[in-house]
Amino acid sequence: MNIITKLAVAASLATALTSVSLAQENLNGLVVGFSQIGSESGWRAAETSVTKQQAEELGIDLKFADAQQKQENQIKAIRGFIAQGVDAILLAPVVATGWENVLTEAKEAEIPVILLDRGVDAPEDLYLSTVASDQVLEGRVAGEWLVAEVGEEECKVVELQGTVGSTPAINRKQGFEEAIAGHDNITIARSQTGDFTRAKGKEVMEGFIKAENGGAEICAVYAHNDDMAVGAIQAIKDAGLKPGTDIKVVSIDAVPDIFAAMAAGEANATVELTPDMAGPAFQALSAYLADGTEPEKFIITESKLYTPADDPQGEYDRRKGLGY
Amino acid sequence: MKRLHLERLANPQLLALAGVLLINWLLFPNFFRITWQDGRLFGSLIDVINRGAPVAILAIGMTGVIATKGVDLSVGAIMAVCGAVAATMVVAGYPTPVAVIAALAVGLACGLWNGFLVAVLDIQPIIATLVLMVAGRGIAQLITEGSIVTFNDPALIFIGTGSFLGLPMAAVIALVLMVLVTFLVRRTAIGLFIQAIGVNRAAASLSGIRSRMLLMLVYALSGFCAAIAGIVVAADIRGADANNSGLWLELDAILAVVIGGTSLLGGRFSIPMAVVGALIIQAMNTGILVSGFRPEFNLIVKAGMIILILLIQSPLAGRLFTGRLVPAKAARK
Repeated sequence: MNIITKLAVAASLATALTSVSLAQENLNGLVVGFSQIGSESGWRAAETSVTKQQAEELGIDLKFADAQQKQENQIKAIRGFIAQGVDAILLAPVVATGWENVLTEAKEAEIPVILLDRGVDAPEDLYLSTVASDQVLEGRVAGEWLVAEVGEEECKVVELQGTVGSTPAINRKQGFEEAIAGHDNITIARSQTGDFTRAKGKEVMEGFIKAENGGAEICAVYAHNDDMAVGAIQAIKDAGLKPGTDIKVVSIDAVPDIFAAMAAGEANATVELTPDMAGPAFQALSAYLADGTEPEKFIITESKLYTPADDPQGEYDRRKGLGY
Repeated sequence: MKRLHLERLANPQLLALAGVLLINWLLFPNFFRITWQDGRLFGSLIDVINRGAPVAILAIGMTGVIATKGVDLSVGAIMAVCGAVAATMVVAGYPTPVAVIAALAVGLACGLWNGFLVAVLDIQPIIATLVLMVAGRGIAQLITEGSIVTFNDPALIFIGTGSFLGLPMAAVIALVLMVLVTFLVRRTAIGLFIQAIGVNRAAASLSGIRSRMLLMLVYALSGFCAAIAGIVVAADIRGADANNSGLWLELDAILAVVIGGTSLLGGRFSIPMAVVGALIIQAMNTGILVSGFRPEFNLIVKAGMIILILLIQSPLAGRLFTGRLVPAKAARK
């Protein structure tokens, strides 16, 4: 797909995602700086393209700075935005610490800062708000889906964890466990890390299948992200089983490839980590600039559940152009 | 002849592999169970040779480099680049052979670049290959535009997931490559020349060995092997993951070579033993997966095992070992 079609598809999706209310007209013509971490994952590329589209819809002049995973680049970018006298700053912080000085500079320049998808360890009065997903909730939504799906049947679950010690892995595990607590028919038989990657997800699932009697005893696989689930689906197929039927597949993120699997009947559910963090951020900014309404310090995005009933092929086509 | 045979069986690498497999069997009684399914062998042992193949392929190339007292840190990044090249080309509609040959050519070019820096510009190998280690992943991300390029080309997928005589294709490729390269270095004088450069490059050059060309050759071979590994890994997951393909595998490859008994100071080397080293590493990984350890312990278990294996191979342990078990060898010394 060439870049122009990509942009076109991205634009159409952004239009669908954005609920441009009339109340946000006051953002028209504003200059907003956006310091993005980089493009280390498909999700982040999608977040960048959605943010750019949102800004264009609202008539915002978005100054984009890619930090290439370095905090010093982000601090430089923010200082640059302050020097240019932008009207607001969006920041997706690469790490949690070390932001106090530069956020104080922004506050002294009276430029509101909104944090996207991650929080920082800094006094709350230094920034306007944080827009992020609730990772524990994501795990819980996945778990609740499985509880409803299996009913009273015995169900042995294998879990593909994210990178050991990483926040999303800890939170998504916790949420899932909360959801299945009290349902004794559902047990987590095995849990290993697949490092959030497709290759490791496949390798770990191969091991699980061997360890659980050729996979016959596994009822479902819960993966902390879609990439690992895609790898696991391949491992299930290689073992001569049917993913989606013999072994249910539930995961988190809602990237295009999981919708392709869902359309083929090989995945059962995914919980969306929306790339649209900028939408709520612009809404909060609009209200704040209009009459000084202080937004919530932590704006939680929706963790929507997608199943094969939600037009997976359509979702795939819509998302493919976002740079995932 | 019989004595030589015994000595071979008693070498520390094969003993370590047997030991790791034995521990796996104790932790998971079905470890050695192999069944026939859908026209291929199926079992944990098959997983070991299948999953171990990419590192084994890297180790084949890495052995030559390390034997010349060098090191190639860029192989993981070259894997990502070559996987990205193959995947984007088949997605763009090029025939599979063209995409594969292009990816192999890119790997060869990367290797020649490393060789040029080391042999012609005399940059230290660790620095010279660090350049491509850092830049390579960026190049791969540029090629894939930051996303995982997923493909459905059956011929390319076959390279990663197909089977030949019931064995996984990746393992067959590693085996063929091992035999070819071993044959190349042992049936010609090339192996001896490589060893000579590793022991003393100046002396080797003075005695008439074209060290510059040979260095170019070993780095080119390493790049070529990395390209094969990159294609295998991408084909296995049906997608080129520029961020994660081959990540840290250069270190696994170096470890495999070292476990295989090749010194980082250059000189004596063994390609088949490096492949055994790769299998030892993968046997540990697979063992951890089927054993049911908590993931928090993965690295601790692995580190402990590796320390043990390297201790067994240390000169002191070696003397004790050969002195007791194979007196013939000690006597000959």
